[in-house]
Amino acid sequence: MGTATREKMISIQTLGFSYPGAGFRLQVPALSVASGEKLAVIGPSGSGKTTLLNLIAGISVPDAGQVQVGETTVSQLGDAARRSFRITNIGFVFQNFQLLDYLSVLDNVLHPYRISSALTLNRPVRQRALELLDQMGIAGLQSHPAHALSQGEQQRAAICRALLPQPALILADEATGNLDPDNKQLILDMLFARVDDNGATLLAVTHDHELLPRFDRVQDFADFRGASS
Amino acid sequence: MDSLYVAWRYVTWNRGKTLVLIASITLVAFLPLALQTLLNESERQLRTRALDTPLLLGAAGSALDLVMSSLYFDDEVPARIDMRAPAVIDESGLAYPLPLYVRFMARGAPIVGTTLDYFDFRGLQLAQGRLFGLLGEAVIGAEVSMRLGIGVGDSLVSSPDNLFDIAGVYPLKMTVAGVLADSHSPDDRAVFVDVKTAWVIEGLGHGHQDLARTADSSVILRQDAGTVTANARLVQYTEITPENIDSFHFHGSAADYPLTALLVVPDDDKAAARLRGRFIDDSRYQLVRPNTVIDGLMESIFRIKQVIDAVIVIVAIATLLTIVLVFALSLRIRREELETIFRIGCSRMTTVRLLAAEILIIVTVSAVLCAGLLWLIHINSAALVQGLILR
Repeated sequence: MGTATREKMISIQTLGFSYPGAGFRLQVPALSVASGEKLAVIGPSGSGKTTLLNLIAGISVPDAGQVQVGETTVSQLGDAARRSFRITNIGFVFQNFQLLDYLSVLDNVLHPYRISSALTLNRPVRQRALELLDQMGIAGLQSHPAHALSQGEQQRAAICRALLPQPALILADEATGNLDPDNKQLILDMLFARVDDNGATLLAVTHDHELLPRFDRVQDFADFRGASS
Repeated sequence: MDSLYVAWRYVTWNRGKTLVLIASITLVAFLPLALQTLLNESERQLRTRALDTPLLLGAAGSALDLVMSSLYFDDEVPARIDMRAPAVIDESGLAYPLPLYVRFMARGAPIVGTTLDYFDFRGLQLAQGRLFGLLGEAVIGAEVSMRLGIGVGDSLVSSPDNLFDIAGVYPLKMTVAGVLADSHSPDDRAVFVDVKTAWVIEGLGHGHQDLARTADSSVILRQDAGTVTANARLVQYTEITPENIDSFHFHGSAADYPLTALLVVPDDDKAAARLRGRFIDDSRYQLVRPNTVIDGLMESIFRIKQVIDAVIVIVAIATLLTIVLVFALSLRIRREELETIFRIGCSRMTTVRLLAAEILIIVTVSAVLCAGLLWLIHINSAALVQGLILR
């Protein structure tokens, strides 16, 4: 991964992707995100924002062009390598939190370490998880089941889960979409603070235009409209 | 270990589903194994008892009824023989007979009328008291003593043959003279009396007030020279005591008194073979080798067990398919969860490992439960067989 502060974290060129049997085709001529940058991606529903996140994370593989994250050309990795790369280098924050009801808050945060051999769960990691929960103001809820938390608390736990492996890149897919206005600002404050603490790059898909001024840059999918069909 | 931890959290969270799965797997595994354990123990007990009983003489008819009544004190009473039968065996000079009269019950326990030789023959030991010595005394099996909470000196009343037959057999109050030590055999649940006491219960022998000395003339129906006939007001004794024992007497010819079977103990194998030869074409009696009869019974049980096994296999397949369906549906329900861990970066193998760990936990808990239940069945198999199968 790149370490220089303003080096390119994400570099996309002539990206093309379509789902089998679907008429939709995503085309991104070029997109680059600098390391440490906070980029908001906006655009109408169905324009391919989530698909773009999936391509960057290596969940989907483009049928044209390439995606580079740091020094790694994700689109050229095999399935296992993409998964390993994703869990160690990319943190995902989802709109509906996607915490597991049957795990406690702490277990949810530690979950990536339990499901991947690429990460090692040890005492320092546990300690860091507790610190993260503390920084996010939910340390007292660590043993509560995830479903018992409010939506704002659940999203804070989900952010802790995304940040714990100290990824260089955070992908947030409408992370504040399900939150009330107060919680939106609060969660964004916390997410930005933790991203800054970790020196990570943030690429966030959002529909909420009120939040856009807080990002370093905004990429409107309308700019790619001519390419998408 | 992490897969196991996550899987453990999942199965404990979904307690209802997990319990149903565990119960299903446990039952499907437990039932055939428990059945096999009990059948093995039944066969052992049946065979041991049958092997310990060389020959059995009874009235011509069902050999199985004869064996089940005489060896296991089954409820089914075989056709009766009479006291001429022991004489036939005695006169052969090839064996000695032990009379058995198994017809009556006392508080759910079969009353076995026999002689003292029976205890020697079966090798039964006393835990308390002594063997019966007087008319009206009983020796009870260990299980009878425990179940009814009675011991030496207590009394036990025989059950009426028929509640609605007021002219029938009167209940006899018997005194417990001794309690047998546990023998893990049908003897544990029997009440042993002298065969004469059994005949008293039958009504063949009885005791009543002395008509020659009674001052109550209202009990006299008719008085001829040397013969006094009483009416129904005559007091008949329902308990044999030192005071009234001398009044007990039997009517009719002793040769006609009934028995249900004779345990026949031949001098040797040759004597047994000769004796069997003598009864092959006998129209009144059958002389059977209990072990041969039990062989036939076991073959029937084995055939029934094969049918039960087939049913259990079908149930097991149905259960297995249901479990597969439950897991398949569970995967659909958990699609979002699996999608999440996939997006986080979990490998396909980890997903498989998580599901395998859940199955492993459920199967392991089921196996432990099944093993525990089987252990309970195993250590109690002798009593269970006595209580459930050979009763």
